Amino acid sequence: MTQDLEAELTRIHREEYAVVVASLVRRFGDIDVAEDAASEALVAALEHWPTSGIPPNPGGWLTTTATRKAIDRIRRESNRDTKHQQAAMIIDPTPPADPGVVDDDRLRLLFTCCHPALSPEARVALTLKLIGGLTVEEIAAAFLVPDTTMAQRITRAKRKISDAHIPYRVPQAADLPARLGGVLAVVYLIFNEGYLSSSGADSIRDDLCLEAIRLARLLRALIPTEPEITGLLALMLLTEARRPARVAGGELVTLGEQDRGRWDRDLIEEGHALVRDCLAINRPGHYQLLAAINAVHTDAPAAADTDWGQIAALYDQLYVVSPTPVVALNRAVAVAELDGPVVALAAVDRLELSSYHAWHATRADLLRRLGRSSEAAAAYDAAISATDNPAERAYLTRRRGQLSAD
Amino acid sequence: MPQYLLSVAIDPTDAVPSPEEIQPIFEAVDAFNDKVRESGKWVFAGGLEGIDAATTVDATGTEPVVTDGPFAEAKEYLGGFWIIEAADLDEALVWAKEGSAACQGRVEVRPFQSA
Repeated sequence: MTQDLEAELTRIHREEYAVVVASLVRRFGDIDVAEDAASEALVAALEHWPTSGIPPNPGGWLTTTATRKAIDRIRRESNRDTKHQQAAMIIDPTPPADPGVVDDDRLRLLFTCCHPALSPEARVALTLKLIGGLTVEEIAAAFLVPDTTMAQRITRAKRKISDAHIPYRVPQAADLPARLGGVLAVVYLIFNEGYLSSSGADSIRDDLCLEAIRLARLLRALIPTEPEITGLLALMLLTEARRPARVAGGELVTLGEQDRGRWDRDLIEEGHALVRDCLAINRPGHYQLLAAINAVHTDAPAAADTDWGQIAALYDQLYVVSPTPVVALNRAVAVAELDGPVVALAAVDRLELSSYHAWHATRADLLRRLGRSSEAAAAYDAAISATDNPAERAYLTRRRGQLSAD
Repeated sequence: MPQYLLSVAIDPTDAVPSPEEIQPIFEAVDAFNDKVRESGKWVFAGGLEGIDAATTVDATGTEPVVTDGPFAEAKEYLGGFWIIEAADLDEALVWAKEGSAACQGRVEVRPFQSA
């Protein structure tokens, strides 16, 4: 097989897997049947396409082939096991969902994967497996757990979907905002798993960020009217844009010290355009406000040009929708730039976040700026022991070392 | 249609509610029961006496053994339950939310095995 063909097949697999699986899940009501048939169809494609060429509509070819494989399998099993119930599904009269509207098969399946009755770990794993088309081995590697653990997690979740009759359905309008919030949380979790842990050398984990962005693009195409989806997409693009500058020599580089010339201008432009779309809709929410904050940061040609007043104002708005101590902590960072480290430190010390490494790191930085070196050193130590991330530890350790040299 | 057991957890260390406190809960549960019956989803429901009234029977060995008390030491016990029919888990969860609010207790939702 030529390299081009192989790359093309990989691309088709990633793009069409969810379409094929979701369509079969709707038709046959069984995730395992759908996944097995989709795999068989992909194997058939690998056999035929190198000689016959890629068909004009590869997704349609895969869905038709997979459907036929599934029906064959169910017929075989119903002959053997007289599974009348499954046989009846062969003549399921449900018409396929109209693609492009909210009633899309992939969207139904995504809401199933992100159902609140499943554990958060299972939601993430199922979403990557069924919608992302990742293998169990890839997901296990990305989450640093053994293959068998991930396989069990996915199997258990699929069994619960089946046993508890978790539906394949886009939730009713009344439930949609809350359930969509759950889906967005899963997508952002996938992104952060890839972003926060990335050391620049770990491509599987970096792929998680791209996968999360792909999921957000898909969601936005399916539900174009929800600005929080747009906000989450913008937030991830503006974060991803800074990845090339985020780690240097195995050490974390803070936003203020990053080489802004290495930021991805295309992603930033796209992110800014999406933030403007959100502003035009004027229904602010958690992800939109985070995106707006990131837009202000990425709008500044140099760290010194940052509009901290606007950032603090956006954090005020964010605190109204998400009154969490983490938001208050980030707001304090902006306050330090506006009103000085004394005011900021007072705000930080009021927060009960002593198990959060960023709280200690923020305190350490403020104490350093106030010249309170021994207290700063203790705070750096607390921050270092509260994080496992090697790049972050390297950064904090260097900063602490510079302190004692003062 | 799938059937679900909605069971209500009781913590025996919680203070026993006064008659004034318990009356509105009874009324809310009655109203909820009526609603389930009217919807046609009702299968069965009941409240249980406390674990002091429980007796455990074990006939898995050669001689049946009868002992006082529940079969497992637990922080919480089954206080009562509903068995309902629901099209899927989402519908069962809607009923469970209403039932939990009515009886002022946490509700566990479990599907019955399909025939």
